Amino acid sequence: MIPWALPTEGGGGYTPPSVNDFIFDVPVIPGTPVWMNKPFWQAVIGALLVVGLWWLASRRLKLKPSKGQFFAEYIYEFVRNGIARDILHQDYKKFLPYLLGLFSFLLINNWFGEFFVFMLPTFSNVGFAYGLAFLSWCVYVGAGFHKFGIGFLKKALIPEGVPWYLLWLIIPLEFLATFVTRPVTLALRLFANMFAGHLVVLVFVVGGSFLLTYAGNPVFNVSGAVSVLFSFAILFLELFIGALQAYIFTVLTAQYVSTSVAEAH
Amino acid sequence: MVPVAGALLESGIDLGPLLPHHLSEVIVGIILMLLVFLVMWKAVVPAFEKLYDERYQRIEGGLNRAEQAEAEAKAALAEYNEQLSSAREEAAKIREEAKNAGAQLLAEAREKATKESDRILASGRAQLEAERTQLMTELRGEIGGLATTLAGKIVGESLADDERANRTVDRFLDELEAAGKTR
Repeated sequence: MIPWALPTEGGGGYTPPSVNDFIFDVPVIPGTPVWMNKPFWQAVIGALLVVGLWWLASRRLKLKPSKGQFFAEYIYEFVRNGIARDILHQDYKKFLPYLLGLFSFLLINNWFGEFFVFMLPTFSNVGFAYGLAFLSWCVYVGAGFHKFGIGFLKKALIPEGVPWYLLWLIIPLEFLATFVTRPVTLALRLFANMFAGHLVVLVFVVGGSFLLTYAGNPVFNVSGAVSVLFSFAILFLELFIGALQAYIFTVLTAQYVSTSVAEAH
Repeated sequence: MVPVAGALLESGIDLGPLLPHHLSEVIVGIILMLLVFLVMWKAVVPAFEKLYDERYQRIEGGLNRAEQAEAEAKAALAEYNEQLSSAREEAAKIREEAKNAGAQLLAEAREKATKESDRILASGRAQLEAERTQLMTELRGEIGGLATTLAGKIVGESLADDERANRTVDRFLDELEAAGKTR
């Protein structure tokens, strides 16, 4: 179950970390379906943590905040003022619940990559990223249709000031940009960052431990120790990248909503 | 060496890790995110927004109260100033009135005095006139006698004829008067 476990005596050789380290075909609880694997339980625990922590934080809020409430308010205001209100202006309250949930869910799951026990960013499994990107797509497309009705299509597909003889070129391009590439890039950006980050950590840890325990070669052992130590620095970098990707995903969702509901100038 | 599990493998397209290994991941992701969203929507965001509203009201209320107090203080000051200025005005008015009244009294007293003095003068003059007239009458009577006596003494004869003598005296007096008038 531990993906970076050292090769057994029998194998003898070194197996570099690969795509296979992200495939989990064993259910965590024996007897449950195979899709209830490690990433599944991480996502569930992540969601429960988000719900539970925010639920706790939102109980008994006081005008004069305690230390814990101050911290919760800090994060809340980061999403509320820093993302939602800055980008969506007067419409922000409608979308704030989704954006807040999105940011928290992403942040916790990304940080699972550096958490003991989990040690895997949930979104390094692309399916979860596709799911969230699809939801964000629904939100910003839905917001556009809700506000402009069918006129949203015209608004989204025909930018203002385009001469009529270019429309045959612009409309398919705009369709691709608005309805196809946006969700795909959202999902892939998140997935690829988490996937690659985790792979880098694996390389340093697995390779480092392999070298560290390599018999009869002190140079290998020293470089292995250095690389294992260095993996801690990478873990800190991954903490930062996890937060950054959560932020980017949320900001871009807000940005897409903003372009959907923006009045024509 | 690289066994990629994927349904698309047979069709020749290998998406690698871009293909969800378990399609359930997509559904699980959506469901969990919806759950998170629901809690945020129904519980967390309303609670925080209520807090911010309350805080805003509190601050707004404080500001309003301060503004109100300031306005009241200003009103009181204005009232006080008004009272002060009206008191000043009144004092000035009273002073002016007193001055006027004083002047009037003075004028009245002066007028009264003038009248009184005029009256005294007039009455004095009238008395004098009366006394003079009386004196003149008396004198006229006596002067006639005296003059006659004097003339008789001078002429040496008694003027027995009183009527002629009276005529002479009257003529004499008339002449005197005429002389006095022309002079």
